[in-house]
Amino acid sequence: MTANISYDDVEVGTELPAGTFPVSRATLVRYAGASGDFNPIHWSEKFAKEVGLEDVIAHGMFTMASAIRVVTDWAGDPGAVVEYGVRFTKPVIVPDDEAGAVIEVAAKVAAKLSDEDRTVRVDLTATSGGQKVLGMSRAVVRLA
Amino acid sequence: MTLDQSFVGRSYPPTPPYEVGREKIREFAEAIGDPSPVYTDPEAAKALGHPDVIAPPTFAFAITYKAAGQVIHDPELGIDYSRVVHGDQKFRYSRPVRAGDRLSVVTHIDSIKSLAGNDVLSVRGEVSDESGEHVVTAHTVLVARAPKAEGA
Repeated sequence: MTANISYDDVEVGTELPAGTFPVSRATLVRYAGASGDFNPIHWSEKFAKEVGLEDVIAHGMFTMASAIRVVTDWAGDPGAVVEYGVRFTKPVIVPDDEAGAVIEVAAKVAAKLSDEDRTVRVDLTATSGGQKVLGMSRAVVRLA
Repeated sequence: MTLDQSFVGRSYPPTPPYEVGREKIREFAEAIGDPSPVYTDPEAAKALGHPDVIAPPTFAFAITYKAAGQVIHDPELGIDYSRVVHGDQKFRYSRPVRAGDRLSVVTHIDSIKSLAGNDVLSVRGEVSDESGEHVVTAHTVLVARAPKAEGA
């Protein structure tokens, strides 16, 4: 495992390049197929509304997968991620139009955990439509 | 509805091996829109020290969630699946999942709590490869929402 970023080059507060991830209904259908999660709240507006949602929502795991891209693109090697956790706070609502929804992800180094293991904790924020969609979103990354 | 606390600590038999294929990883990477060659090109993966293409960090969920179905659909526990939402998710990796892996999951029930009438279930999936080596642990918190009161 070979991260592009050196542990010695980061400080607490170092910001990672932010990411913007568009989500359309087509994205959700594709993710459903690839992940095996065919819950109709992710593709049927009728069903979503019946269970009290405003509209179709993105898979939480899709949002989680998008958010960590900010870390894996930065580190260069996805294998550098040793821990990753999130809380699903609000759903990403995906309207049936051209624009769909957008997930905005920002991240910064929150702690240098171990000089020996060269691990850092990265805290992430993910929002969609101005709402925070992930909470407690943290990754531990082993740097070079 | 309150779930039976005696299920805390219960574990389920290991799942039959899930064989991770290169094309499945490619399909998943495309579905999350990630063009990184480490997911699709074995040479790019080897350049980073991996024996074959690796899977994106959240890929393991497809395997552990299926395994968690043993809990969710356990008739003795009696969860109302139609009310289940995903609360938290966490992974701890010993190494990335990679093509050629044959992964088995042992699912444990770590806790059952009742919060504001909702059942909150913490499930842990321990994923190991064919040689028994640990690959990843997936912690999943599922919330079974309380049924709305009659007439509400």
